[in-house]
Amino acid sequence: MRAVAHTRWAAGALGAALAVAGCGGGGSGGSGGGGADGVVRSSWGDPQNPLEPANTNEVQGGKVLDMIFRGLVRYNPKTGKAENAVAEKIETKDSTDFAVTVKDGWTFSNGEKVTAKSFVDAWNYGADLRNNQKNAYFFQYIDGYDKVHPETGQPTARTLSGLKVTGPRTFTVKLSQRFSTWPDTLGYAAFAPLPRAFYDDHAAWLAKPVGNGPYTVRNYTKGSEMSLRTRKDYPGPDKAVNGGVDLKVYTDNNTAYTDLVAGNLDLVDDVPAAQLKNAKADLNGRYINTPAGIIQTLAFPYYDKAWNTPRAAKVRTGLSRAINRKQITETIFQKTRTPATDWTSPVLGADGGYKAGLCGSACEYDPAAAKKLVQEGGGIPGGRLKITYNADTGSHKAWVDAVCNSINNALGNDKACVGSPVGTFADYRNQIGQKKLRGPFRAGWQMDYPLIQNFLQPLYYTNASSNDGKWSNPRFDKLVNEANAETDKKTAIAKFQQAEEVVRDQMAAIPLWYQNGSAGYAERLSHVELNPFSVPVYNEIKVG
Amino acid sequence: MGRYVIRRLLQMIPVFIGATLLIFLMVNVMGDPIAGLCGDRTCDPATEERLRQDFGLDKPVWQQYLTYMGHVFTGDFGTAFNGQKVIDLMSTAFPITLRLTIVAIAFEIVLGIVLGVLTGLRRGRPVDTSVLMLTLVVIAVPTFVTGLLAQLLFGVKWRIVEPSVSPAAPLDELILPGLVLASVSLAYVTRLTRSSIAENVRSDYVRTAVAKGLPRHRVITRHLLRNSLIPVITFIGTDIGALMGGAIVTERIFNIHGVGFQLYQGILRQNTQTVVGFVTVLVIVFLVANLLVDLLYAVLDPRIRYA
Repeated sequence: MRAVAHTRWAAGALGAALAVAGCGGGGSGGSGGGGADGVVRSSWGDPQNPLEPANTNEVQGGKVLDMIFRGLVRYNPKTGKAENAVAEKIETKDSTDFAVTVKDGWTFSNGEKVTAKSFVDAWNYGADLRNNQKNAYFFQYIDGYDKVHPETGQPTARTLSGLKVTGPRTFTVKLSQRFSTWPDTLGYAAFAPLPRAFYDDHAAWLAKPVGNGPYTVRNYTKGSEMSLRTRKDYPGPDKAVNGGVDLKVYTDNNTAYTDLVAGNLDLVDDVPAAQLKNAKADLNGRYINTPAGIIQTLAFPYYDKAWNTPRAAKVRTGLSRAINRKQITETIFQKTRTPATDWTSPVLGADGGYKAGLCGSACEYDPAAAKKLVQEGGGIPGGRLKITYNADTGSHKAWVDAVCNSINNALGNDKACVGSPVGTFADYRNQIGQKKLRGPFRAGWQMDYPLIQNFLQPLYYTNASSNDGKWSNPRFDKLVNEANAETDKKTAIAKFQQAEEVVRDQMAAIPLWYQNGSAGYAERLSHVELNPFSVPVYNEIKVG
Repeated sequence: MGRYVIRRLLQMIPVFIGATLLIFLMVNVMGDPIAGLCGDRTCDPATEERLRQDFGLDKPVWQQYLTYMGHVFTGDFGTAFNGQKVIDLMSTAFPITLRLTIVAIAFEIVLGIVLGVLTGLRRGRPVDTSVLMLTLVVIAVPTFVTGLLAQLLFGVKWRIVEPSVSPAAPLDELILPGLVLASVSLAYVTRLTRSSIAENVRSDYVRTAVAKGLPRHRVITRHLLRNSLIPVITFIGTDIGALMGGAIVTERIFNIHGVGFQLYQGILRQNTQTVVGFVTVLVIVFLVANLLVDLLYAVLDPRIRYA
């Protein structure tokens, strides 16, 4: 009602209001001073789904979960290595039965103790089909998942039979298959513990989430703002060094950037592509551009017979060689992408399975060889390459056109490749889901956890969750199974790399480039870094 | 007059049903909203099926439309994908956009009509020519250019206002966005008023009024302006709806979380409930604004009577 009362006066008071605006601006410094009490003002995007650990599958919601939750395991913000957080130990002898011990002394911000039950209940909730959690498939390796989350029909159980609470601080997990690196997956937000309040009053919890992390939610206005404050009684070692974080929703990252330059905002974790050129000068070095666990590829429709032949593999390799990755990443992306030479990401590190140059000559630009390979393979199936992408976000048009240009030049035919835009992301996903595409399509993969397994199995294993092109190769499947069964991590990774070589030899998908995270920050901040998921490490940011 | 109003209200019903049905069909044609819900991966089939049931997307479109309309009459606009009630989204978004629209309309009325009268009375003089040139420039430059330029100059370079509007969007922060939003219509109002005044200034009743020895300001406000405003009022009336719905560009530039923002999000996420709900309300705003304009005719010009 207040709005109406205001507006009645608007017409008459306009002259006066204009004068007020003159001095009304500028007074923004309300969010406290510096030091340990300083609050970081950061840009945010409206989360797509309700904020629940097992229901959040995009960066914006994940950002908040990372601040208010700590799971059994946490990924080191610098190295990406999985390290125990709430877990004291996770033990296994055979890679299927795991015994988990939770550390003593952890509490939720409402005072409730974090116990083994906090985890088991949360996981059961997340896996249960009745709760519509979009990340339910993260629990698919736990025994009994097919009962609580059958592919069709009604669930026949409420809890995962593979989870057993054995004491206040201990529980056991039985997996349905061997999975040696499973403990390393537990840093994903879906595995976070939940307090009783979550089940008792779900709506209230969603309005103001309660977790066990270094921050608490003080205020949450859906769609516009969330204020997080540092927890004084946080028991973990990674206490926040600032007073809190105010996340402000921006409709457009250009506006966020403008606000940063004008001094109304401290941190923008997504510098708009159009501003990359100016960012270095505008921000005077306060600009970060570091690798993130994201790779862009071109996937192919293997349900279309024309693409699923031995000769087509030659065409795909030829196309890969026709793409001038270096030039595109430099001119279109201003070096915020790195040409890909394998199918993982540099953030894994050599120990984690990243192998620079694994793609070899198949990813090197060579127009002559490209033309030869495509001709040997019998030319492009259908005569013309149509690269499908969604045109609503991410400025994909620019690079798709560039890739097509590069291919056309190499093949000496300026009609060989065209971009084929789809209006919305939803429609794009829809066409992929219904197997309507007849040519390559844009495929981006952001890792869920820093493991080579995550870059290969969900994407290329037969009928895997994100195997959109329906690629299938028995040798690849066999190698992945063997790798998962290994108890030794080193040999497991070597096996995965062997599987990756199968992907290369068949050119299952053309790797394009690794994506960097880019951020800009204000002068009053220091120690700003992005973690391997390209999310700022908020608890380490110093203000003033 | 009363019968006229009732007739007009009854005419609104088919327009309302037709408009909502069209929007409903258009949003549905865009594809399957669930497909985009799980990010760059396919939802697992079981969850997808349940979500589809929850949002009523498993039924045929005509049935979805009927259920939807049934709910609308009880004030239930459904739930957005992020779990919020659409009615809650509306209750935060509409007041903000209403405020923005009122600022814009105020600019149109005050600035537009004053400039129009000024130039209309001084036709051919330097003031007239320069204002005409100015309006031509404003009409020719797209809103997003005006908006970004205003933001850069006033917000970043001169620091007179904040470049972005805070979530509460108080009236004083909406002045600059309001002016940007109004700019093109403002130019039209000026030109409309100008030509209308210039035409009427030579009419008999104005000459009579002057001959009676009435003071100049009285001639202008009571006689000249009252008759000249009819086309202007028509324009401003239809503009109310256009401004509310068309604020997408301005709201994006200044980070205003109003109707434009919600519609944009709704379209991007293909959220039928949000898009149809907001458009439904916008259609009502349009219809009511048009009715009010028609009723105002009789007040301005007593010769116009409704049977």
